[in-house]
Amino acid sequence: MGKLARKVAMIGAGMSTFGAHFPHKRIPDLWVDAWLDAVSRVDNGIEPKDVDACYVGNYSSDLFNHQGHLGPQMANLVGLTPKPAGRFEGACASSGIALRQAILAIASGVHDVIAVSGVECMTELPTTGVTDVLATASDSLFEYPAGATFPGLYATLASAHFNKYGTTVEDLMRVAIKNHENGKENPYAQMQRSISDFMASKIAKIEKSGGEVPDWKDEFDYLKSSSNPIIASPLRLFDCSLITDGAACVFLAAEDVVKNYTDTPIWIAGTGQGSAALALHDREDLTSFIASKEAARQAYEMSGFKPKDIQVAEVHDCFTIAEVVALEDLGFYEKGKAVEAIKNGETKRDGSLPINTSGGLKSKGHPVGATGAAFCVEVFKQMRGIAERNRQVKFDVERMLAHNLGGSGATCVVTIFEK
Amino acid sequence: MSESEREFTIKSYIDYLSEKKLMSSKCKDCGASYVPVRKLCTKCNSVNMEWVEMSGKGKIAAFTSITVGTPFFVEKGYGRTKPYCFSVIKLDEGPMISGQLIGVDESKPDTINIGMQVKATFIETEIRGETRVDLGFEPV
Repeated sequence: MGKLARKVAMIGAGMSTFGAHFPHKRIPDLWVDAWLDAVSRVDNGIEPKDVDACYVGNYSSDLFNHQGHLGPQMANLVGLTPKPAGRFEGACASSGIALRQAILAIASGVHDVIAVSGVECMTELPTTGVTDVLATASDSLFEYPAGATFPGLYATLASAHFNKYGTTVEDLMRVAIKNHENGKENPYAQMQRSISDFMASKIAKIEKSGGEVPDWKDEFDYLKSSSNPIIASPLRLFDCSLITDGAACVFLAAEDVVKNYTDTPIWIAGTGQGSAALALHDREDLTSFIASKEAARQAYEMSGFKPKDIQVAEVHDCFTIAEVVALEDLGFYEKGKAVEAIKNGETKRDGSLPINTSGGLKSKGHPVGATGAAFCVEVFKQMRGIAERNRQVKFDVERMLAHNLGGSGATCVVTIFEK
Repeated sequence: MSESEREFTIKSYIDYLSEKKLMSSKCKDCGASYVPVRKLCTKCNSVNMEWVEMSGKGKIAAFTSITVGTPFFVEKGYGRTKPYCFSVIKLDEGPMISGQLIGVDESKPDTINIGMQVKATFIETEIRGETRVDLGFEPV
């Protein structure tokens, strides 16, 4: 594993609010919101003339919005024409790939500053249409005809993890409860409500309609009730991430020019990317992601850090089981042991390894192509100590990791940041 | 066309399925088998393949019972009140393959177990006047 030929830093990051924004906001609107938010966080300011290229991460504007060729369109909207612009696709890891390619392009010496964007506008389609578009990120020849949906594929992986390690539905519920507690503190999140908030409003609604009030004693009872229907056993609605419209923007700069923009850059310490067979049946292990392990191995090696050096991480919780598996694949916990750490509160905001302080895909939302860039926004805020509301961790964050998984795990990008 | 003459393509594999045969491509050099078919052996880089029919017997490696299904399965009548099972099966010969799991109580996934012995079945569906055959599995 080589080192970057010159150092690369994140000098600003921002995002649109995440939510069901269509038709009030479409891709161009979301992107410009994200750009402006990111520009506002570059200490000494940044202008289009400073930016050498625009890298766009997007999964499927073709199928969601009948629009391809996003690179030049996004570039033009922020005044970057006629600079190089292009789109990168790797399902839910699309903007993770755009980020990595921007890092490599700056390190190569070709570009000094790149705007990395991630955009997706999903709610233009009804839920059944969204499910069908997402399914194209899995194997359409042999998994899809057998009935695989995206929740179905992660549910299948969950069944193997449950069987091998004794993982339970309660273990998964703890991930959802934690991430919603975090998302409640994020003004950019799609669902700024804890699961106990959802439970309380459901009870209030039933009381108002004169129905029989359920005797849920805690969130677990609520999550096991018919108010949280099964989507694909063992996964229920609250195990699944959201259908979201949103965009994020990250400015990367070479060490040679970083001083023009900020005195407190956040350096890229390591980047890694891995792949796996698209179909689950073509993989050897159904309880971990080889692409994650490979991406992590490369990123750790480049950075010289070990899993124990990482203080805070954003991991790809497209489904609750994915967060459990990520914590193991990234080497934070031994296989089968992550659930115990989650149960002990280690991954909460005040725990020893805060995970998904942003609220994660579960609560912040998951505009698939924007997710990789949106991870960087939380990294930027936590490492600068500017996370909103009550979300900022209580110690100085020197090192942070972002884990971006594509599809049912066939692509993974891991990035390690340091101050 | 004799079996040995069929090209090692997706179409040939699907044609075999429609004839209710689960066929693998087997590498004559290293013995690796591929289901679905592959022309190139990724274990030893050989293209020296032969068609070998699989027993269809295997065990459940992982599965789920789906209530919010794909449009194809919704069209087949599955849904919230009638879930279906998607499974990954470890075939006795080694490879794994996806298939719908039938002959089980889909509404009680707790009664279905990983490791359960299954055998291949060929599920026929009439769609717009044409019959398509998909690979499925059922308990032995």
